[in-house]
Amino acid sequence: MTNWIDIGTIADIPRLGARTVETALGQVAVFRTAEDEVFALINKCPHKNGPLSEGIVMGRKVACPLHNWVIDLNSGHADAPDEGCTTPLALKDEGGRLLLGLDAVAAVAHG
Amino acid sequence: MNSVPRQRLVVIGNGMAGMRTVEELLARAPVRYDITVFGAEPHPNYNRIMLSSVLAGEKQIDDIIINPRAWYTQNAITLHAGDAVIGIDAKTKTVTAASGLRVAYDKLLLATGSKPLMPPLPGLDLPGIVTFRDIADIDKMLAAAEAKQRAVVIGGGLLGLEAAWGLKRRGMPVALVHLMPTLMERQLDTEAGTLLQRDLDERGLHFFTSGQTERIIGSERAEGVALADGRTVPGDLVVVAIGIRPNVDMGKAADVDINRGILVGDDMATSDPDIYAVGECVEHNGQVFGLVAPIWEQAKVCAARLAGDTVASYVTPALSTRLKITGIDVFSAGKLAAEDDGDEEVVFRDAAKGVYRKLVVRGNRLVGAVLYGDVADGGWYFDLIKGNKDVAEMRDRLIFGQGFADQDCCGGSKAGLNVAAMTDDTQVCGCNGVSKGAIVKAIGEKGLTTLDEVRAHTKASASCGMCTPTVQAILSFVTGSDAAAPEVMCKCTDHGHDHVRHAILDQRLKTMADLREALGWKTADGCAKCRPALNYYLLCAWPGEYVDDYRSRFINERVHANIQKDGTYSVIPRMWGGVTTPAELRAIADVADKFNIPTVKVTGGQRIDLLGVKKQDLPAVWGDLNQAGLVSGHGYAKGLRTVKTCVGSEWCRFGTQDSTALGIKLEKMMWGSWTPHKVKLAVSGCPRNCAEATIKDIGIICVEAGYDMVIGGNGGIEVRVTDPLTRLTTEAEVLEYSAAFMQLYREEGHYLERTAPYLERVGLAHIKARILEDDAGRKALYARFLFAQSFAQDDPWAERAGGGVDAHEFQSLAVVS
Ligand SMILES: Cc1cc2nc3c(=O)[nH]c(=O)nc-3n(C[C@H](O)[C@H](O)[C@H](O)COP(=O)(O)OP(=O)(O)OC[C@H]3O[C@@H](n4cnc5c(N)ncnc54)[C@H](O)[C@@H]3O)c2cc1C
Repeated sequence: MTNWIDIGTIADIPRLGARTVETALGQVAVFRTAEDEVFALINKCPHKNGPLSEGIVMGRKVACPLHNWVIDLNSGHADAPDEGCTTPLALKDEGGRLLLGLDAVAAVAHG
Repeated sequence: MNSVPRQRLVVIGNGMAGMRTVEELLARAPVRYDITVFGAEPHPNYNRIMLSSVLAGEKQIDDIIINPRAWYTQNAITLHAGDAVIGIDAKTKTVTAASGLRVAYDKLLLATGSKPLMPPLPGLDLPGIVTFRDIADIDKMLAAAEAKQRAVVIGGGLLGLEAAWGLKRRGMPVALVHLMPTLMERQLDTEAGTLLQRDLDERGLHFFTSGQTERIIGSERAEGVALADGRTVPGDLVVVAIGIRPNVDMGKAADVDINRGILVGDDMATSDPDIYAVGECVEHNGQVFGLVAPIWEQAKVCAARLAGDTVASYVTPALSTRLKITGIDVFSAGKLAAEDDGDEEVVFRDAAKGVYRKLVVRGNRLVGAVLYGDVADGGWYFDLIKGNKDVAEMRDRLIFGQGFADQDCCGGSKAGLNVAAMTDDTQVCGCNGVSKGAIVKAIGEKGLTTLDEVRAHTKASASCGMCTPTVQAILSFVTGSDAAAPEVMCKCTDHGHDHVRHAILDQRLKTMADLREALGWKTADGCAKCRPALNYYLLCAWPGEYVDDYRSRFINERVHANIQKDGTYSVIPRMWGGVTTPAELRAIADVADKFNIPTVKVTGGQRIDLLGVKKQDLPAVWGDLNQAGLVSGHGYAKGLRTVKTCVGSEWCRFGTQDSTALGIKLEKMMWGSWTPHKVKLAVSGCPRNCAEATIKDIGIICVEAGYDMVIGGNGGIEVRVTDPLTRLTTEAEVLEYSAAFMQLYREEGHYLERTAPYLERVGLAHIKARILEDDAGRKALYARFLFAQSFAQDDPWAERAGGGVDAHEFQSLAVVS
């Protein structure tokens, strides 16, 4: 069972931007695309742990502010030729309220 | 004179096949027929292929007219546009139109094209459902796009994808439903189809593959589609593009033989010897048609027969496909995959560049090619396939393209188009059947110099546009012109920086969305490379009007501090000309204590850096610094950084002028300005140059007689000593000339280009011409700089310290356990 935690509203995140959420798993970045899709990732670039929440969001990707690695918001994977992955978390938009699924994450993160 | 009375030819269908046949006929037998054309559409003959480009906003209807009304008049053709034929009496040889008009014929040509295939779905008659076939459909789609509705496209073939892309370019959110797991499965193999989906997904299209549409949702009008697996896709506009079927209505009316299409023989005649048919309405040898290349062949044969030729006969040529989505390059011809053990597949991938190629080789012949990402060699492979050429000799190099395969040794030439190596009979334009030789000949004989002229005279690259790079290469090769394209900004566009900057001014583009639309950006949101550049270009072009897009700035410029490798920030207050006071120093010390700032460092730009500030502390740090009168030093900005000075005549025994005060004046004039890259100044009080002015973007070196102004220096990775610009006599002149150069660089520099490479690119002579030789021009630059500054000089720290601007940047959204 996923434990859905209300973390705020979609309006709290600027379009093509991100906010952070402090969790037991560490800092999580929640992103909002131009088309109002939302995604959540552990806020660490697989390259040198750069805070992805500070990157430029484009389409369903974000460019890390430190060295410009491009990370897929959906999968957490880095774009080729770079290799690496950060953990994606379950996030859903229910009528504007954002629900973060932390148990689902834990499952991914541990295993 | 020929006294034989003219025969009467009636053509039903004013489309591509019908009018191409008439053109061919006029070329062969200009006076043989009195020609009457009926067209159901109220337009003259236009290039249907280009409707995709019209939808995407790349072309206007006027641009795609093939034969304007004047052409009909000149050739004595009677055109009834907007009057469909509704009946044919083959016994009395007359046709009847919807208007009641009756016209008799000796020969009749059916060229009625095809109809969009409609699935047997409930709800298909609701308003909001359109097909993609003619100008009327485009009008409906554009009206929907105006109203900013959402679109669903059913069908992931050529037509559906082009419709989806066009609507997306018009600003609609677009979802595409496709029955199969991969796109364009009839023209592409799985890998290329997957790459295509990935790239289009990146551009903001949403895909529902393996999606069987079950019904249209909505009662009054379409509200979306429901899929068999339970998914629903909302949309106010539903475009059905699942295929076409021959329009055989006129065949039925004339009572000629029909199967899937109107049956024709090799002579393009139907079962009635006086009735011919061409184009998508026909069926020949069990085959029906959906591309223009074979239709042009039919038109030739049909025209020859109508002109009295008795041997011309039609054979379906090999076909190739190309998708017309700007910036997405896909090509396929022949087999998509090995069909048995005798076939071999050769595959090449370059994932980083997004290039994929697959060749299918049977024995020593190439029988299929699928190219993705780089299709420059498509025409060449297609030639090998059509010509059934023996490729044994170059088998191991074939996959790398013509540039490599044609060499005796593979190291000899760079990959890509090798115009010299193409034989004259190599077919360049598949749509219009134009060979390299014909293009070379037209360029030479008619003195053609532009692509448009070549198109007008030869029709090469005038249809689908796939061969445009090849035609361009031939043009450059023959005319010897330098075809070297400017460096493109990024993967999102084919344009270079200068082109974009000019377009912003010429087309008065004032928002990022307008700009990307007008210039055909390939990605919906741009990328981390082009967004900051475009934001700067717009800001520079429209001061006071353009609203700075913070989402397009790098984090440092967004939070007005420098991100460090551990995610903390550094904060540098401005110290005008490097001069400070005890009160300021105390405030800095207090802030460092209060916020536990681990490192305090004196910078090379004569100020103090506080390193290791936590993001959430930034507003409070700024607030405290503001209290002491300290403002942002823009140590993070692509903008004015520091003005370094020495103490000058006030204290120094060598000093010739008050360099410190002059430095402060320059800094007060220039602070807050955004520039293509960072800008550093220095003012030295004498030629000993303690402020190191000769490695700055703008340096002022005071001398007894006045001020030497030097520009374009750089102390970074590539050290460059400044070039002397001029000697000035007053401080006021120094301010004016410095600001004018700054503005010139702001207007002409490429984003992330420092003044040193900028100067080398445009040349010192250019800068002298603009700043020294053109007094009025210099004064105008100065005025433009001051005008822009009137909007730029707000302390970003003050705006944020109070929690007003961008408060969300500095706080977590939530803390959860
Ligand atoms: C959006 C789009 C993009 C395309 N892209 C490509 C491409 O990239 N490459 C390619 O090779 N092909 C492409 N095609 C296909 C190409 O346009 C067709 O193969 C070509 O137009 C067929 O020519 P036609 O004359 O047979 O039919 P049409 O061009 O459709 O002409 C038939 C005309 O007959 C008229 N008509 C029908 N019935 C009657 C009647 N009873 N009385 C009077 N007039 C009548 C119709 O209104 C129509 O104007 C594309 C098609 C579309 C719609």
